[in-house]
Amino acid sequence: MMTTPELPGSDMSEVASTSPGGSGVRVAEGETLLSLRGITKDFGPVQALQYVDLDVPAGQVTALIGDNGAGKSVLIKTISGIYPPTSGRILWKGKEVHAHAPRDSTELGISTVYQDLALCDNLDIVQNMYLGREETRFGQLDEIKMELATKQLLKDLSVSTVKSVRQLVASLSGGQRQAIAVARAVMRDSQLVIMDEPTAALGVSQTAQVLQLVRRLADRGIAVILISHNLNDVFTVADRIAVMHLGNLVSQGPISNYDTASAVEMITTGQSSRVPATPRAE
Amino acid sequence: MSTPTEDHAPSHTIAQPTSSAGVLKQLKRLWQGESGLGPILVGLLALVIYFEARTSVFLSAGNITNLFIQSTIFILLGMAEIWVLLMGDIDLSIGYSAGIGGAIAVILTSTQHNWPFWIALPLGLVACTLVSVIFGSIIIRLRLPSFIVTLAGQIGLAGVLLFLIDSQGNSGGSLPVQEKVLYDLVNGNFTPLATWIFIAVVVALMSWIIMSSERRRRAAGLEQKPFWLSVVKVAALIVAGIVLGVIFNSNRSSFTNLSGMPFAIPIDLGVLGIGSYILTKSRAGRYIYAIGGNVEAARRAGINVNRYRLLAFALSGFTTGIAGLLYVSRLNGISTGIEGGTYVLYAVAAAVIGGTSLFGGRGKMIHAVIGGLVIATIDNGMALINVSASGLYMVTALVLLAAVVVDALARRGNTVTG
Repeated sequence: MMTTPELPGSDMSEVASTSPGGSGVRVAEGETLLSLRGITKDFGPVQALQYVDLDVPAGQVTALIGDNGAGKSVLIKTISGIYPPTSGRILWKGKEVHAHAPRDSTELGISTVYQDLALCDNLDIVQNMYLGREETRFGQLDEIKMELATKQLLKDLSVSTVKSVRQLVASLSGGQRQAIAVARAVMRDSQLVIMDEPTAALGVSQTAQVLQLVRRLADRGIAVILISHNLNDVFTVADRIAVMHLGNLVSQGPISNYDTASAVEMITTGQSSRVPATPRAE
Repeated sequence: MSTPTEDHAPSHTIAQPTSSAGVLKQLKRLWQGESGLGPILVGLLALVIYFEARTSVFLSAGNITNLFIQSTIFILLGMAEIWVLLMGDIDLSIGYSAGIGGAIAVILTSTQHNWPFWIALPLGLVACTLVSVIFGSIIIRLRLPSFIVTLAGQIGLAGVLLFLIDSQGNSGGSLPVQEKVLYDLVNGNFTPLATWIFIAVVVALMSWIIMSSERRRRAAGLEQKPFWLSVVKVAALIVAGIVLGVIFNSNRSSFTNLSGMPFAIPIDLGVLGIGSYILTKSRAGRYIYAIGGNVEAARRAGINVNRYRLLAFALSGFTTGIAGLLYVSRLNGISTGIEGGTYVLYAVAAAVIGGTSLFGGRGKMIHAVIGGLVIATIDNGMALINVSASGLYMVTALVLLAAVVVDALARRGNTVTG
């Protein structure tokens, strides 16, 4: 990151708490927004998730780490309603919910930014931001309202590298595309944003920009689950860590409980001599 | 905060109208433009100059009016095709579908059946819409490639058309138009006064649209193209309106007095206006572009992809119906010799020459108009300078190829990867 725009933190949280169209009450920062209790997922004989308990607090970045095949992707797909769990409970703001389809979790306020970003290259930034929920005026698309809101949001999120919001997404760099996909989740008033390897294909400065954006989401009171293989990124941006190993969630806690060596040990062996494994609830 | 790629991203920011660099940049944008019409308009102009140099008849009022009427079938079928091309689909059946729509109108209004035009003509449109909806449903529900389904459709509809014409008894393979309104769709003209009024209304409406959009963006404090560009557009509209008015209103017959704008022109303009409106101002249009750009993204954004794909097929079918009615009106009948397969390929060519992508997501209704005019110009001009059919086909092929190459090269400079 070559320049770090200063953010008035208090203003941000105000914007977040007064944004319209939210689904119900917001959870105060630091309180648990999403809890998983005893989640299992079987694909035939394969147990992809085994009794996973996970707590995701609002306003914090929870890094979900683990080796390939550890079950990270299955877990986020369970949260986002693509795979309903075989057993277990999902609690949203303390109440049990059943997400059977992506639409259900979207309605709760959960957005998932997949690696492919799901942007339309042939549309511009404003059109992508509002895709599927366009503002209209007398039955016509209200381009001016959408453009103004997009500019304001990108400004709030300090996404300053984009020259014009009427640029086609095809002309954006990888980091900018990631920023647009994340901003879209914010625009939809999401309270939990799940990001799957957001920095996987990015260069150094673009990675820094995206991580900064992740940080800003948390500062707005949004809960973030960040899947990453890059422990540098994790220790730069995360508040909490959750480690998965062979379908088990073997450890979770504040980032201060971990260092790179213990995290690598947990990822590869499922336990660490230095960090006590999280005891299973019930 | 800058990476090398960002510096090459095309700039759509406010140009400074005062500096010559800003003006140059705007001109360059107009050339490459979002609409990408620059090169093809220059190409069309070159064709016109060439033909006029070869034969002075080319730019006569009568021939230009004739050229517009000739281009109508390509323009309308091209616009019908664009609805499906935008989603990355193709419809090979619309040539014969148009024939069927036209045949239904001809048969029902014939002296034998004597239905009123206000039932018969809409029924032709409904038939074409239904045909497209049926093929669209098969393609969408069964997830089949549109190319194959509509190829089957082309062959099948050719059979249906033969059946329809033969069912009218001793027709000899062709049925004449016997109803005045259907005949007048292409062959009727506005009076010279009505021509001027129509042109004035259209020019005023379009100028108002350009200027009010300019004003609204300015009021909202959004970046915008420089004001002079809007003024230039409006001025160009007025000049074009006056030129066309003079052309349409000059006498183009040496025997009697024949003048005024043919009805085909307002029909073309109406279809163009409504189609463009749906594509740019409505959710449906936005979703059709999104589906063509990235169907998975559209689906995840909560768009009912199947519904909007079917809607686009229906709109394509309706436009096809209008093309069919104008086709039978111009030829003053429908015959078994209709080359539905060739027409559909010319329709695709018109769309692509204008700048519509075959891969979906990029295209505008105006592309079919420009492309259709190019094809008709070649058709018309080559006939005037007595080039054989062989030459005509080869030149059309070259223009199509050149249009695709120029378009691809222009686009390649426009996108940034990484």
